Amino acid sequence: MSAAPIDLPRWADVALVPLVSVAAALLVAGLVVVGIGENPLEATALLLRGALGSAEGIGFTLYYATNFIFTGLAVAVAFHAGLFNIGGEGQATVAGICAAVACTALGSVPGFLAAPLAILAAAAGGALWAFIPGWLQAKRGSHVVITTIMLNFVAATLIVYLLREVIGKPGSMQPETPDFPTSAVLTPMHRLLAPLGINLPATPLNTSFLLALAALFAVWLLIWRTRLGYAIRTVGANPRAAAYAGISPAAVTMIAMTISGALAGGLAVNEALGVQHRLVLDFTAGYGFVGIAVALMGRGHPVGVGLAALLFGVLYQGGAELSFDKPTITRDMVVVIGGVLILFAGALDGLFRRLVASMLATGRTA
Amino acid sequence: MASQAPPPAIELVGISKRFGAVAANRDVSLVVARGSIHGIVGENGAGKSTLMSILYGFYEADSGEIRIAGVPRRIRASADAIAAGIGMVHQHFMLVETLSVAENVLLGAEGGPRLKGGLAQVRAGLARLSRDYGLAIDPDAIVGDLSVGLQQRVEILKALYRGAEILILDEPTAVLTPAEADQLFALLRALKAQGKTVILITHKLREIMDVTDRVSVMRRGEMVAHVATSETSPPALAEAMVGRRVLLRVEKPPREPGPPVLEAVGLSCRDARGTEVLLDVSLTLHAGEIVGVAGVAGNGQSELLEVLAGLIQPSRGVIRLDGRILTVADRHPARLRERGLMHIPEDRQRSGLVTAFSGAENAILGYQHDPVFGMGPFLSPARIEAHAREAFAAYDVRPPDPALKTAKFSGGNQQKIVLAREIEREPRVLLVGQPTRGVDIGAIEFIHRRLLALREAGVAILLVSVELEEVMALSDRILAMCGGRITGERAADAADERDLGLLMAGVTDEAA
Repeated sequence: MSAAPIDLPRWADVALVPLVSVAAALLVAGLVVVGIGENPLEATALLLRGALGSAEGIGFTLYYATNFIFTGLAVAVAFHAGLFNIGGEGQATVAGICAAVACTALGSVPGFLAAPLAILAAAAGGALWAFIPGWLQAKRGSHVVITTIMLNFVAATLIVYLLREVIGKPGSMQPETPDFPTSAVLTPMHRLLAPLGINLPATPLNTSFLLALAALFAVWLLIWRTRLGYAIRTVGANPRAAAYAGISPAAVTMIAMTISGALAGGLAVNEALGVQHRLVLDFTAGYGFVGIAVALMGRGHPVGVGLAALLFGVLYQGGAELSFDKPTITRDMVVVIGGVLILFAGALDGLFRRLVASMLATGRTA
Repeated sequence: MASQAPPPAIELVGISKRFGAVAANRDVSLVVARGSIHGIVGENGAGKSTLMSILYGFYEADSGEIRIAGVPRRIRASADAIAAGIGMVHQHFMLVETLSVAENVLLGAEGGPRLKGGLAQVRAGLARLSRDYGLAIDPDAIVGDLSVGLQQRVEILKALYRGAEILILDEPTAVLTPAEADQLFALLRALKAQGKTVILITHKLREIMDVTDRVSVMRRGEMVAHVATSETSPPALAEAMVGRRVLLRVEKPPREPGPPVLEAVGLSCRDARGTEVLLDVSLTLHAGEIVGVAGVAGNGQSELLEVLAGLIQPSRGVIRLDGRILTVADRHPARLRERGLMHIPEDRQRSGLVTAFSGAENAILGYQHDPVFGMGPFLSPARIEAHAREAFAAYDVRPPDPALKTAKFSGGNQQKIVLAREIEREPRVLLVGQPTRGVDIGAIEFIHRRLLALREAGVAILLVSVELEEVMALSDRILAMCGGRITGERAADAADERDLGLLMAGVTDEAA
């Protein structure tokens, strides 16, 4: 017989289970660190100090977190409609392409319009690339898990072709576009805050972070406070009941995928418009996939996604510092630790739900 | 000197089982005599299924003892139960429809990867069983081609083939025609005559009175009565189940029907595989009239409801609402609701509710675009909650907590949430599917009263139910369905169960 669903109080579901998962992941990661002859406590201290111990570290941490917020929200929105969008990488890639194309056309547009238009172009590109699998599932029954991952490959090939043959920098050996016009790129936070007398070290953190925070709020509003969000959640939880209620699961599938793709486009906004100021190959760097773990860990709720994004930001920034300080702990080791975290927070979630449920049950009867 | 009377087939002593905060079984004891038919009745959630699941090894009891034929046993998996001579026939059959009868019987007793013993042995066993109990069946027939009654027979054969001395049947007549049910009861009596022990779980009190020797009543996880069937009566049993006196049949005042509201002419419909599941169905609903549709589950009633509610499109036929033909665009659930055609679906958990939502959120399902619930694209949680609070009070939904997850309401209260949602908007046509399926007796009375009140108010009601008693109690006219066709119509006061049973089995007026 199948395992019965485990019902937990809400606080345990949103806070306790993820915390236990993270603790277990850190324990296992610690064992790996011990295995290569390093002190795990020292490594943890170095990691935290690297990520949160300085203004510069925090800036980098929040810059990484910005990427994870966008890709995590993208997965979360689709998830509420019962869809598993694992095409964040491809959607962000196409978003980057659209932003780059827009930027070449935006040289003559007034400055205050150029950046918003470039952001919209990125969102539209991501939306388009996610609408295609949405349409295919709604109208042709092709599963989005298959089509989104296949479109990742198409996007990866498309960007190589375009950078080499169409929008690449003339005469350059690098597959990259010329620099975007300065009016179209986003302001770094240290420059934004300097006139206010706040002096921050130069980091990649830029105004996309504020956009990411706004996206967190907007997604919360959409999912829990609008009629569309109600329709999305109904389709995700029970498509038959949705049809009964006069909600078209096909339409909701396409809309949710489109929104999801637009959010994934935020990754291109941060990386291309915010940091690199040009389009380079492989700028998505796996953030799209980590977004799946972020969304799972955050239980699909914007608050959870924000916190999980922060955690992964700490891990990325702290891990970089750690591998710099401890040559034995290579960048690959940090990837392993991230992998363990994803495994525990995402895939092995049920393991701890059962444990927590039985602990709570004994606590109550005792 | 101890008497030499044989020990009881089953003795449960002090069985308790908790699921989290819920005590599903509390100190339950039960004695089932060998060679008897023992009924267990109780409302939904009274703990009957949990008790039987413990006996069959799906759950292990937190405390208590199980004795089979006087010997204490630990039953930790269904394999232990089978070894102890217990067989179970589930409400939803555990059969592989694409395999033959013999292969299904073999399933789980294959004797290793090379099917040692194999099909020849099964055939011999089946031949012996059909001789002993008069259970004739073709071992090579594909199970999916058999009627529901015969599929159930395969389930019983499976249990007997594994040497079951004790047979547990969970709501066995829910899917049977009255005639098939009578055959089943004849079989149960034959098994009893051979010394087998039968436990019958049902909520149909008439069956308990007809076939059992003793009956045990459960209420809220506890055993509240054990009586000899000959010493009790349906009202006494109902009272024991609910804990108060209940009216088993509500009063239906006479009423002249008004003008026709909903008319269907020549409706046909195919399922996903292209099989015609609805064939040339015509009917008329008048204002202030309840038309009942009687039929065994799976004979086109579900499709009839879904076509009328706009959930599936008919392949042929015309539907008129207030004399106007409904176009394809009109036949959309949202458009139909706007025009006063409401629908209480047959399977509330799969279609009528989102069990993961709060009660309040479900109370607006289908009406989520109503401006009452928020401005523009937004929904106001406060308004949704206030609306639910009011509706829950009016329909006595318990607990009256709009924030509670819908899955945590009992079946009856879930049904009241659906009922409140569809009725409060003053429908002119109400399509009702299985209004009291999985609903406790107290709530059944409440729901029946509401439906009759609507009839009084002039609503045209189409009532689809597999409970023949319910159809006969509420309807003004009764349509019988079989194989996707309407096989006959009777005025409710002229209908009797035997006659309807024949129509439901496909014996039409012309053929008879």
